[in-house]
Amino acid sequence: MTTLSTKFGPYGGQYVPETLMPALEQLEAEFVRARADRAFQTRLNGLLVDYAGRPTPITCAERLSAHLGGARIYLKREDLAHTGAHKINNALGQALLAQRMGKRRIIAETGAGQHGVASATVAALLGFECVVYMGEVDMARQEPNVFRMRLLGAEVRPVASGSRTLKDAINEAIRDWVTHVDSTHYLLGSALGPHPYPTIVREFQKVIGREAHMQIMAKTGRLPDAAVACVGGGSNAIGLFSGFVDEPEVKLIGVEAGGEGIASGKHAARFADPARGRLGVLHGTRTFVLQTPDGQIAETHSVSAGLDYAAVGPEHAQLRELGRAEYTVATDAEALQAFSLLSHLEGIIPALESAHAVAEAIRRAPKMKKDQILLVCLSGRGDKDLDTVNKYLS
Amino acid sequence: MPLAEIDHAFKRKPAFMPYFPVGYPTLADSLDALEALGKSGADLIEVGIPFSDPLADGPVIQEATQTALRNSVTLRHVLDSVAELRRRGVAVPLVLMGYYNPIYQFGLEAFSRAAAAAGADGLIVPDLPVEESAELEAALAGGLPCIRMLAPTTAAERARKICADARGFLYLVSVTGVTGVREKVSADLPGFITRVRVAAPKGLPLCVGFGISTPAQAAEVGRIADGVIVGTACVRAIASAQDPKRAAAEFAGAFRKALDGG
Repeated sequence: MTTLSTKFGPYGGQYVPETLMPALEQLEAEFVRARADRAFQTRLNGLLVDYAGRPTPITCAERLSAHLGGARIYLKREDLAHTGAHKINNALGQALLAQRMGKRRIIAETGAGQHGVASATVAALLGFECVVYMGEVDMARQEPNVFRMRLLGAEVRPVASGSRTLKDAINEAIRDWVTHVDSTHYLLGSALGPHPYPTIVREFQKVIGREAHMQIMAKTGRLPDAAVACVGGGSNAIGLFSGFVDEPEVKLIGVEAGGEGIASGKHAARFADPARGRLGVLHGTRTFVLQTPDGQIAETHSVSAGLDYAAVGPEHAQLRELGRAEYTVATDAEALQAFSLLSHLEGIIPALESAHAVAEAIRRAPKMKKDQILLVCLSGRGDKDLDTVNKYLS
Repeated sequence: MPLAEIDHAFKRKPAFMPYFPVGYPTLADSLDALEALGKSGADLIEVGIPFSDPLADGPVIQEATQTALRNSVTLRHVLDSVAELRRRGVAVPLVLMGYYNPIYQFGLEAFSRAAAAAGADGLIVPDLPVEESAELEAALAGGLPCIRMLAPTTAAERARKICADARGFLYLVSVTGVTGVREKVSADLPGFITRVRVAAPKGLPLCVGFGISTPAQAAEVGRIADGVIVGTACVRAIASAQDPKRAAAEFAGAFRKALDGG
């Protein structure tokens, strides 16, 4: 029986083959039970603290703020969580659900490799067999993460179909799940896909916003004027936003991947390109999707593998429609510039995904007053991106 | 009440129902192959609409539909192909099969009108479970039936919900998995068919697809089902042939013969 809403206004839903519907119902029911179960919450919180290293701090980026000459910038340091990104929050939560459901095997898709690493990590921790699907293009550009996943005991299966990136990895993961649905949990890594995933992933990422809210109040005595996060599927953003969505004075800003610019057509900006980003259905959910006029899913481009995806999480589509969040774009060049600047001024090497959020802060902070606060979700660390950045900078 | 067009497929049971996508290996070849299937033993044809992300399909149909996309085939071409098959005298029911997004982008009402005008008799959308089908059903407005699917994972209560106002026929997915050849027919299939028979409206045909690849397997399934759907094996037989038309005719002939007990 459905107990959670399957949609976010007109967005979301369950556009999947019938074979998977019972598994989605089971997952939803288990999630609802687990949420109300104090033992589950205690176990999850224990792992978040003792294993993942939470709470992650917020850091005042003093030199970056001074350099830009406007708002004070605070960074929510998800890069300091175990495995180097926020993805571990959701991976731990879903793995505990999988354990409750008696599944023995976990599959995952990954773009940048951060979710794949998080999945391989929790599989090692809890004793699951783990298979991670990754596009060949992404395997080449995020090689260190491929090695990490294998070290953790996961099997990384290259995906050679389509654009050989995240979209195709999700197709392959869904095909695997359809085939092994009895034994396998699909550990989806972002706030997208069919219901209940967008809700479950948000709930497990809420810890980002909950902590950030308390930390910024404790440090500054007030709420931030704006909270900024990058949006691929949108899980770090929805996690951060959920801490502030009920505080109308806090602007919520999501940053999509502008790639080589909207006009070039080589980007992953679902909201910013009205010609190609239209309401559609991909991977089980109805949302804004980059596509051709006859409904074929478009190939996307971003320097960051984690943002290189044709659809945006359905709750973001709703937040935008409601006017509660606004969505902007940072290009590859802007992200790379932000990557360098943060490294030089703060001694923090951000993931290229997170660098898109930093790029928005760089644009916005100078236009804000010195007593204003800009909170940026630094969703992951950039060690995995050194090769890519080297190539672009040389 | 007169028979709906789609019911004509089941005058002869078990019905042979091959799948073939428009645009593969070329648009012209696919039309020839579909025509030959329709005139050489098929009782109904599933006419495939290509999509960039066919997540319920195995490698053979993925490759075929990606080739069709490289040939620039759109849903409009598929509808035109249905009309062309009618002009060529193909009389068997033609059921369009494809993922939701291209249909959604075409416009559900525009699609409903265009599909009927072209001469299609029904529609199968593998990523549209009953929970999400209301919008499309409303646009179809009781015209073309949207065929409902059941899987081995579908429990009895859910099966009743799916069957409640089903029309045309029911599509039973014989295995948990994607489309593609399997060595054997699932041992669970008879039990699955029996479960669905209990839930289904009396007289609504039950057709089985996914994994059936040889005439012998088709005959085995045909003993307990009202129709046998063959996709991957059909695509493969025609793909590797010099003469797609002849290969399609021979393929349909062999399956028809096996289903007729020969």
